[in-house]
Amino acid sequence: MQDSTQHIVSAFDRELEAIQARIMKMGGLVENAILEGARSLDENDTELAEQVRDGDKAIDALELLINEDVTRLIALRSPTAVDLRIVLSVMKISGNLERIGDYAKNMAKRTGVLANMAPIEGAHAALRRMAREVQFMLKDALDAYIARDAQLAHDVITRDHDVDQMYNALFREFLTFMMEDPRNITACMHLHFIAKNTERMGDHVTAIAEQVVYLVEGELPDDSRPKADGLSSALDKKEA
Amino acid sequence: MYDAPTNNAEINVDQNEIKISARNVQVYYGDSHAIKDVNVDIAPRTVTAFIGPSGCGKSTFLRCLNRMNDTIDVCRVEGSIQLDGEDIYDKRVDPVQLRARVGMVFQKPNPFPKSIYDNVAYGPRIHGMARNKAELDEIVETALRRGAIWNEVKDRLHAPGTGLSGGQQQRLCIARAIATQPEVLLMDEPCSALDPIATAQVEELIDDLRTNYSVVIVTHSMQQAARVSQKTAFFHLGNLVEFDDTSRIFTQPQDPRTESYITGRIG
Amino acid sequence: MSDISFPKGAHAQKSLLVLDARTRKRNAAEARFRRMGLVAVTIGILALVGLLSSIIANGASSFRQTFVNLEVYLDPAKLDKTGERDPAKMAKVTTFGYAPLLGRALAQAVEAQGISTEGVSKKDIEALISKEAPATLRNMVLANPELVGQTISLQVLAQGRVDGYFKGRVTMESAALDRNISPAQLEMADALRAAGIITLGYNWGFFTAPDASDTRPEAAGLGVAILGSAYMMMIVLCLSLPIGVAASIYLEEFAPQNRWTDLIEVNISNLAAVPSIVFGILGLAIFINFVGLPQSAPIVGGLVLTLMTLPTIIIATRAALKAVPPSIRDAALGVGASKMQSVFHHVLPLAMPGILTGTIIGLAQALGETAPLLLIGMVAFVREYPGSPPEGFLDPASALPVQVYNWTTRGDPAFVERASGAIIVLLCFLVIMNIAAIVLRRRFERRW
Repeated sequence: MQDSTQHIVSAFDRELEAIQARIMKMGGLVENAILEGARSLDENDTELAEQVRDGDKAIDALELLINEDVTRLIALRSPTAVDLRIVLSVMKISGNLERIGDYAKNMAKRTGVLANMAPIEGAHAALRRMAREVQFMLKDALDAYIARDAQLAHDVITRDHDVDQMYNALFREFLTFMMEDPRNITACMHLHFIAKNTERMGDHVTAIAEQVVYLVEGELPDDSRPKADGLSSALDKKEA
Repeated sequence: MYDAPTNNAEINVDQNEIKISARNVQVYYGDSHAIKDVNVDIAPRTVTAFIGPSGCGKSTFLRCLNRMNDTIDVCRVEGSIQLDGEDIYDKRVDPVQLRARVGMVFQKPNPFPKSIYDNVAYGPRIHGMARNKAELDEIVETALRRGAIWNEVKDRLHAPGTGLSGGQQQRLCIARAIATQPEVLLMDEPCSALDPIATAQVEELIDDLRTNYSVVIVTHSMQQAARVSQKTAFFHLGNLVEFDDTSRIFTQPQDPRTESYITGRIG
Repeated sequence: MSDISFPKGAHAQKSLLVLDARTRKRNAAEARFRRMGLVAVTIGILALVGLLSSIIANGASSFRQTFVNLEVYLDPAKLDKTGERDPAKMAKVTTFGYAPLLGRALAQAVEAQGISTEGVSKKDIEALISKEAPATLRNMVLANPELVGQTISLQVLAQGRVDGYFKGRVTMESAALDRNISPAQLEMADALRAAGIITLGYNWGFFTAPDASDTRPEAAGLGVAILGSAYMMMIVLCLSLPIGVAASIYLEEFAPQNRWTDLIEVNISNLAAVPSIVFGILGLAIFINFVGLPQSAPIVGGLVLTLMTLPTIIIATRAALKAVPPSIRDAALGVGASKMQSVFHHVLPLAMPGILTGTIIGLAQALGETAPLLLIGMVAFVREYPGSPPEGFLDPASALPVQVYNWTTRGDPAFVERASGAIIVLLCFLVIMNIAAIVLRRRFERRW
């Protein structure tokens, strides 16, 4: 951790390091969950999907622990300035990670259901690519957190644009599939939810990157989060 | 320049060991009943903090633990206070001997107007703890090292103690208290006369001291109690309202009076 | 809370650059006060200057004295008839035997210088020498019997009136009316002075000689008085310092806070204000009548002055002890010192500057006290030095202020001059002691 100097009271440093280590551990578990979830979908591996669903318990438990640590730290240490931003960012990041973990679990759940249906060609691979992209983003966001690298964080925020584009493409594809053959509707609906959840994962990763910017620069980046999910532009067109 | 004490791993304290136990302690100043029915246990190798509003009796109770209240004629103490199972108010106990085992550090740093060496050596000298000069030198060096001030004064041991800065003087007073090898250290608002940096240095020292001593610290600052102690006792109008682990007192206090005090609400 | 406003009074806001009437009146009053203070200080300084200059004007001359320089032949036929040079036998020759030797020496000197002796008889010329001189010569010969038979150079005191003449007290007109001297003798003295036989020199005898009778003011000195005062100061220091400090420590640190202690404290403060003559009566009644100590002895004077100085020292010591901050006592107790250790190891060293200052001031006061010493009989005329201590404490002695009093009661104006000189000596001692007090306090205070 690149903090400029150590606190005179060394116990404070140890406590801050401890909760940041916990966040990194949680991040690692969530990255894993995304990758394994996507793999289980692509390879139609129901056992792996089961594992992913079980693994979410550990993620939830870590979030509880982190919340307790943060409460104690605020009550006992009264952190200020950068210390306060560290503690608050840890709390928000853990919330975001827990949601991402939930989406990964949801992906694994739907994998189990989809296993019993006819596969939609190309969809699983596309979804896996999308999940891969999100996982790269999360990894970079967590790296930016350790290195306190605001530039990298800004970069992650812009890459959400690509994830949104991928979602739009999949959305149109699934529409086409469903219009072609009504027997595909159930499967496509599940796949669409998976796509939507993956896109939401990307949004949560963006939120994590924004917390990194807040930590380093002291202010949240202004609200120029790229919205390419088709809805805003559709709304704008309607009003025009 | 400030030599930080060595990092200590988590200290194992057996929760059933008790260093000082107070039962039904009452303190009277003339006719006024200053301290009422206090029951508290001080554990070894732990920092216990006494907090509470002004005039609630925390300093008075602290001074009972080493019989400093004996110097006040109108003060009367009832109930039992035991150190390692022996009642310190027993008629056979000489307060002088007790104070060698229960040391005290005061609010305003008060080094003797002698050299730094003589300040620390005074206690061991009068208690006859060293047989020759070499032993005395060793005791003084150990005390100054444990007081986290050795590096700053090792070249000027014969300079006057009053020539140091406020924070250094307080650490010198702590080293002086440690020199008699006490088992318990009582600290009466040790940081209230110090600036924030010196306060932080003393707090770091207190955290290190608990590897070897039980520390009881009275403080006006709740934040300091939260930072420094493992157990906290909240005093109010002479009563001990709540005594629990520090993290619990500051996150989920049981008594509403404790919560009011800690959150800064009146009544 | 901020919605409460002050009642609307006549407090109109004006410019800062314009002084209102109140301010002007107040400034004027303060300026008047400052001026009055300055005037008071000036009056005090003028009074002091006037006093000092009158004393110095009167007394400065007492430090110089008129001497006669003679070559005296110590005739063995007159002084040592047996020829054995045995002081015991030679002591049989009294001062009457020595006086003619001096007279002869002076006559020879006059002749040698060719000074005319018309108008003055031989007796008159001899009378120019002090009547004390033969005694001085006799003491010298008895101390060194081997001088007999030799001619020695000797400087002896001139007669008091001659001394007065050269210092301006005695004029030709007053000499005409004076029984002890005549104008012709004074002219002779002038001639002798011109010839170098009579000189004015520094009067060491003023400090070392004992007191002298009325007829010999030139020989009167402070020797006995200085020694007597020194002995008494020694006794006062040795007794009052330990007793006073011990009593003070007990009252301040150890005594319980009850009515008895309060009573004692009140009485001590009152004792400091008791007139000193009362102590003299006390000393007379107890030490001389009851215990039976000799009158006019330094021990009695010392004891009486001790009683007088004790309250001063006790009060000064208590103030010094109170000034030591209680945090030092707490620190010592906290480290495990007993009450006594904390007092003797910590409080007392810190209180030392105050105690020393109080002691020196008390001693300086005791040095100048006259009334009690007069009552215990120190007004007596003492010619012999008291012996060395401790027996010397019981010999009769005098004291500086008493000597001053004694000399001012005598008629001869030479004694007035000497009394002023003694006052100068006394003031010098007092100034030295006070400077010592200041220097000591500064030195100790620096460390603390």
